[in-house]
Amino acid sequence: MLESAVIWWTFFKISINERLIYRADFMLGTLMRFLPTLTQIFLWWAIYDVISNTDTTNSGTRPDGNIAGYKYGDMVAYYLLVIISRAFSSMPGLTGGIANQIRNGEVKKFLIQPVDMQGCLLIQRLAHKLVYYLIATLPFALVFFLCRDFFIEGWPPPNALAVFFASLILSFLLGFYLECCIGLIGFWFLEVTSLTFIYMLMNFLLSGHMFPLELLPAEPFNIRQLVEYLPFKYLAYFPAAVFLGKIEGPEMYRGLLAEIGWVVFFIVLSRILWHRGIKRYSGYGG
Amino acid sequence: MAWAVMNWGLFKIIYRHTGEIGLDSGWHEHEFFIFLGTIWIINSLIQTLFMANAAEFSELIRTGNLDFALLKPIDTQFLISFPRINWSQLPNGILGGMLIAHSLRELMQEREIYFSVFSIPAFLFFIGCGAVVMYSVMICLASTSIWFGRNQNLYNFWFYITNFYRYPMEIYQRSGVGMALWGTFTFVVPILVVSNIPARILAQPLGTPWKSWEWGLAAYAIIGSLWSLMASRWVFKQALKSYRSASS
Repeated sequence: MLESAVIWWTFFKISINERLIYRADFMLGTLMRFLPTLTQIFLWWAIYDVISNTDTTNSGTRPDGNIAGYKYGDMVAYYLLVIISRAFSSMPGLTGGIANQIRNGEVKKFLIQPVDMQGCLLIQRLAHKLVYYLIATLPFALVFFLCRDFFIEGWPPPNALAVFFASLILSFLLGFYLECCIGLIGFWFLEVTSLTFIYMLMNFLLSGHMFPLELLPAEPFNIRQLVEYLPFKYLAYFPAAVFLGKIEGPEMYRGLLAEIGWVVFFIVLSRILWHRGIKRYSGYGG
Repeated sequence: MAWAVMNWGLFKIIYRHTGEIGLDSGWHEHEFFIFLGTIWIINSLIQTLFMANAAEFSELIRTGNLDFALLKPIDTQFLISFPRINWSQLPNGILGGMLIAHSLRELMQEREIYFSVFSIPAFLFFIGCGAVVMYSVMICLASTSIWFGRNQNLYNFWFYITNFYRYPMEIYQRSGVGMALWGTFTFVVPILVVSNIPARILAQPLGTPWKSWEWGLAAYAIIGSLWSLMASRWVFKQALKSYRSASS
């Protein structure tokens, strides 16, 4: 027990150091990430002006129309919060990494060494993410401070805030195990680039990354209803919607439970895939 | 290609909720999709012709292989700009053309669009101006890798900068920050002009004849593309002066 704890701790430390190499580049990169939001602010401003049929170009006031229950401030706040959700749930390079290791035979080391592959990857991600939050807090705080006026309702009530944080942590796990599963399909397909691509597309459209899910049309077929039954919305939409009070009360807790359900589902699925996969694995490469 | 379709989907959804982007700006759905198609064409031109070459240039600097390019008796900027064509990015442009054709047909059923023998050549000419400006931006970005040693973020930077030219300029023309952005991307780095002018030629969001400021802007687009080409040339030369030829 103690022995494996030492192993995990070592992995953790290595990954942290790995990430601290390019600090300045990192911080700059984080700030740059907000640039698209800047254009979003202006795009939605222009749209809300039309909706509320007011010209607020230089009046210093805000258009007061609303789209699917979102006022202009809500909309901007939504985009800012989605950046936070994505900071937890996005796992760049995870799927491709796993599939690559399977293809070139590197995965063998997990069959020989007494380390679990998913555990090892999870620790690495955790370390990377922690470093990211540590460094990104400053730029995030700055941007949110500058944009504080967009949060019309102010801070959410404490229980919503708690659910918000819980759902962020869960979204990290969900993102990790979901992408893990896709990567492990590499045992059967070897090349998963196209799968990854489909996943990325679905993620973009159905997770609420591009717009609040309320905007999705109910016809010609009911996509709006469909996304409720998919895991994607927990990767971006759900935490943001909870923070903004779009989802509250029992519905909020139900959502949290469903998210836990999805996390468990993908953990189990990834274990199954792994065990089936290594039976099939034939160890190409050196 | 999928990105393009997604982008289209996003605005399809947005236009379910609003009739126009920017009050009285004239960017209704069909007009806007003409704009979007224009962006796709310019983007695909750049990605087909220059993107891979710019990335390659960064790599040449890092490995020190730029030495060979410098020694050749031909203009270095020319040499590194055009060796490769990435055909796989061309379909996006064709898709953009189709989107424009479709939207234009729809638009013509709605209201009168002035269309003459000069429309298409003028459109293509200003698309060309757009490609020139975007090429200049890319050369400047790629040149920075001489100073930074390596510019892995080239694609990211590119994405973040092009992010500003993907919308009609009207959306920026408000409040302090917006005007600053509009000014920067019109007069310092004229990327907004070059996406807006060709789209305006076909879509005519404010109807025909063009307003006088639209004519002015079109004239400025030509000056702007010349100026950015010269600026990029200057940046490129300055950067080369700092080239230290790694590992040789």
